[in-house]
Amino acid sequence: MTSTILEMRDITKTFPGVKALSNVNLSVEEGEIHAVVGENGAGKSTLMKVLSGVYPSGTYDGEIIYRGDECHFKGIHDSERRGIVIIHQELALVPMLSIAENIFLGNEQARFGIIDWNANETRTGALLKKVGLKEDPKTLITNIGVGKQQLVEIAKALSKEVKLLILDEPTASLSEKDSQALLDLLLEFKRQGITSILISHKLNEINRVADKVTIIRDGRTIETLPKKDISEDRIITSMVGRSLDDRFPPREPEIGETVLEVKNWSVYHPIHAERQVIKGIDINVRRGEVVGIAGLMGAGRTEFAMSLFGRSYGRRITGEVLLKGKPIDVSSVSKAVEHGIAYVTEDRKTYGLNLIDHIKHNITLANLPGVSRHSVIDDMRELAVANDYKAKTNIRSSSVYQMTGNLSGGNQQKVVLSKWLFANPEVLILDEPTRGIDVGAKYEIYTIIARLASEGKAIIVISSEMPELLGITDRIYVMNEGRIVGEMAASDASQEKIMRAIVRGEGKAS
Amino acid sequence: MSTESAPVPKSGVAEDVQQGPRVAVSALVTNLREYGLILALILIMVFFQFTTSGTLFKPVNLSNLVQQNSFIIVMALGMLLVIVSGHIDLSVGSVAGFIGALAAMMMVIWPLGPFSNPLVVSIICLIVGGAIGAAQGYWIAYHRIPSFIVTLAGMLIFRGICQALLGGGSSVGPLPVGFKALSSGFIPDVIGSLTLIPPVVNAAGKTIVGSGLTLHMTTIVIGLVAVLAYAYLGLRARRSRERHGYEAEPFPLFVVKTLVISALTLFLVYQFATYRGLPIVLVVMGVLIALFVFVTKRMTVGRRIYAMGGNAKAAQLSGIKTERLTLMVFINMGVLSALGGLIIAARLGQAVPAAGLGSELDVIAAVFIGGASAMGGVGQVIGAVVGGFIMGVMNNGMSIMGVNVDWQQVVKGLVLLGAVVFDVYNKNKA
Repeated sequence: MTSTILEMRDITKTFPGVKALSNVNLSVEEGEIHAVVGENGAGKSTLMKVLSGVYPSGTYDGEIIYRGDECHFKGIHDSERRGIVIIHQELALVPMLSIAENIFLGNEQARFGIIDWNANETRTGALLKKVGLKEDPKTLITNIGVGKQQLVEIAKALSKEVKLLILDEPTASLSEKDSQALLDLLLEFKRQGITSILISHKLNEINRVADKVTIIRDGRTIETLPKKDISEDRIITSMVGRSLDDRFPPREPEIGETVLEVKNWSVYHPIHAERQVIKGIDINVRRGEVVGIAGLMGAGRTEFAMSLFGRSYGRRITGEVLLKGKPIDVSSVSKAVEHGIAYVTEDRKTYGLNLIDHIKHNITLANLPGVSRHSVIDDMRELAVANDYKAKTNIRSSSVYQMTGNLSGGNQQKVVLSKWLFANPEVLILDEPTRGIDVGAKYEIYTIIARLASEGKAIIVISSEMPELLGITDRIYVMNEGRIVGEMAASDASQEKIMRAIVRGEGKAS
Repeated sequence: MSTESAPVPKSGVAEDVQQGPRVAVSALVTNLREYGLILALILIMVFFQFTTSGTLFKPVNLSNLVQQNSFIIVMALGMLLVIVSGHIDLSVGSVAGFIGALAAMMMVIWPLGPFSNPLVVSIICLIVGGAIGAAQGYWIAYHRIPSFIVTLAGMLIFRGICQALLGGGSSVGPLPVGFKALSSGFIPDVIGSLTLIPPVVNAAGKTIVGSGLTLHMTTIVIGLVAVLAYAYLGLRARRSRERHGYEAEPFPLFVVKTLVISALTLFLVYQFATYRGLPIVLVVMGVLIALFVFVTKRMTVGRRIYAMGGNAKAAQLSGIKTERLTLMVFINMGVLSALGGLIIAARLGQAVPAAGLGSELDVIAAVFIGGASAMGGVGQVIGAVVGGFIMGVMNNGMSIMGVNVDWQQVVKGLVLLGAVVFDVYNKNKA
């Protein structure tokens, strides 16, 4: 009775300098819920983008066979016409339009371009009933919570007569209750014969609903497990099972007194005021120490770091920050910088660099007094500083007058690092310092981090790449859903231990 | 972050010397826009010099040109900072009109006693201008209301108050002579004039108009000092670069640039000297231009404005207080709008309800012709000034040629569009 609805064969997708997928195979049976798991950056989302035509046919190698035909989707419209609908992690809803308008956006019930609102709303009502959402179709998206928005996305998918529904981490930002409701809905769809691909980190969810699990690692398919073989241990081993080679520079940690201590730090969401994003975090970091914060996307690590750095994120921030035992005021970025805290953002293009200005001006921006006298910039001194850091961090460019917008990701990251090194901080928070940069540049960044630690800086590294944390840190905090759920010395830690702490959300270790 | 904690290296020099030629080429490319703009201004001037049969460069006309356009350039200095920081100010024309009306009421109508002194009134007006800028900037900076909307409201509000203050359609004047000197006065000749060719005196004992040649020596001296200072500062900057082991722009390029600008300056100064000397408003403008070049190029606050316009979020996360900086930019704009309003009123000798009407568009156009980006983060003071002069020379030249005002607008619009298209084309090519 079972037949294969989708077969992806030998999918290989390369981005400039990076092989995101290599010979990935995925086979999905009709009417099953097929889970796809893997670490951040393993290639799950890329695979789904290949399937849905976001990356059009021709930009990748391999073949896609869907319902018996080989498909060459040129865009998302092609795949939707065949009943493949993908729901992305970031919801694609227009906040100031109503539920009905969103569901039929681009697919309006209209004659000669004139919208039949009654038809739209009637059909919306029926769809909402199917997904179990009790809201007026005229309600604006902005007025309903994230869980309900997720349901609207699914209703939208149903309106397109979906045969294969792909959900990319659908429960990442949902509460426990909403997540359960969503999973129940998936099971209900299964009874109606809709096939689903579920991308998820949460192994308890997979245990509950999935019929099969495919594990992807480093852009390769590791294995596909049938329901009877699904176990946490098996999945974790497959997910992280790569060896740590010498991708990290050696270092001899010399750890001193505690420099920064954060106590009972809580933060609420800037827009959804009732949602607590950070729930009473306590951490500390010592002189010469590199501390890692592990966790999955959406765990709240960036939100934590940014709220700490001059309240750059969130509202109703409470908690205490102590620098060398004394409470300090970090209520604005300039105060945080004055107290010697630096935050190197994960999103260097949006938050880190002025892309339309050159390297020299970017490097000195956080410490202009350091190159000026009486607020007048000493051009020669600034040039000398910029050239010095260009050499120190090995920024590859024709000169310090090159626009940062024209640099590669690795070199851009070195410019952002240089900016903060020149500000001469005592505590350096690095958020995903090696995201999107090649292996060689990664090693250079690790070397800089090791050097800074040996100079006595206290360093916090936020990273989704567990091998990286294991390779460069001394101590690791594990964070999940706004809480610290584990703390371990890097020497005791392993990817399995971290993963276990995350997926179980178990109480504080050590 | 203390100053002494910043390490100043002596290394990295050799590498840069080796990359010298490339640096020089890139310096030339980045400055091409500026040189091109000055070249365009010169071409436009030469063009009108021919089409107006030499009227454009006549000393009297040059004085007129300066007096008619100085307020645009003064306001363009503030507008440049507004646009670089990623905003716009549509209210400047109305604020200028309102301040002119306020000044006239204080000096002519209201019985303020010693407070109706032109100097006192001017200072009060500049403060009021700053307060207006602060009031608008407050909403833009701290409540994130788009500047387009806030200043559109300001444009309506202050034009309305201006008209109400003047009591409907009437004008208020005449303004005191001392005040009018701001626009129509010339600097006193403290050194004394030099008569090159004695004027011809006719039989009736009267001087024949236009005969003889007398030079306003103070003007000549100021001109020479300015040119020498310009050349000296340029040379000193080169020396400093070379002493630190960095390549400066190629020497021939530097010489040509310095000579062209010096020659142009001296020619204009000479023309002024044969008339009545430098207009006071030109001196005020010159000082302001120098000040704003210094602030944008050399001071930390200038750098921070560019960083904010380039990427506000990154600037904020680098410890720059973007809200306060935005407020300061609008206060500055308000003060300069007020100065513009005073200049307009002083030139007309009275306050009129339509003073400065539509001038915000000329000011904004000057800044964009000068190469500023509507997205913020890009733009030069000199560019905005040259852009303002391009607009002014075109206005003046076309008026002398007798081109209809309607068609003048069409030409100005085309020039604005052409300049920006040229910019975008260049950027995409690079």
